Amino acid sequence: MPVRVQTEDFDAGREIARLRAEDRGVGAVAAFIGTVRDVNAGAGVDTMTLEHYPGMTESALEDIVAEAKRHFAVRDVLVVHRVGTLGPGDQIVLVVVTGAHRGAAFDACEFTMDRLKTRAPFWKKERGEHGERWVEARASDDEAAARW
Amino acid sequence: MRDSTDSVVRLRLVYLARLREAFSSAGEALSLADEAPTVADVVASLRARGNVWAAELAPGRAVRFAVNHRLVRVDHTLADGDEVAIFPPVTGG
Repeated sequence: MPVRVQTEDFDAGREIARLRAEDRGVGAVAAFIGTVRDVNAGAGVDTMTLEHYPGMTESALEDIVAEAKRHFAVRDVLVVHRVGTLGPGDQIVLVVVTGAHRGAAFDACEFTMDRLKTRAPFWKKERGEHGERWVEARASDDEAAARW
Repeated sequence: MRDSTDSVVRLRLVYLARLREAFSSAGEALSLADEAPTVADVVASLRARGNVWAAELAPGRAVRFAVNHRLVRVDHTLADGDEVAIFPPVTGG
């Protein structure tokens, strides 16, 4: 199962151990974890609620994983993304890429996150010292996705 | 042979995130009397309601579309039974 959308937390160490145990051809593992910050745009954040589009989310993530595997010489790609209400310090997203060598693993990990940021149907709403607000998309995310 | 019912395209609209809140609706059924409507025709139909619909979908506002769970451009042609989702740019990760 290369993609999971879940409310529960994840254990990166366990996910990586599982991918390595399944494939002795792995010589490199690259991983990214995105977490909730306590401040955004200068304002304190108490909670962040992630909503998604059930039905599309999994297929969008599967497409991204398939694209990463096509473009880079890697062995496997795992994406776990949480939804629901999270607090500062909580984990949001995990990407793990296994490969024979580090170069493709690093690239595929970054590519997967750049695509996810612009193509996977998730939205963040923050509650904090300035009340409630939907997080706005950043132009820098589009630029990051366009470079691949 | 085509009869007059062939030219009505029935769609399921889905509103997400900020747009769901702004429209006070998670979605609705919409029929367009058109041979081959596009996403742009749906947007025009919703804008014509005025108020928050016209404001949120005004030209220049950043809005994204998915048809049957695939991201599409506004010129995408729609078929009877399509699910059309309308939402702000995504902010996951």
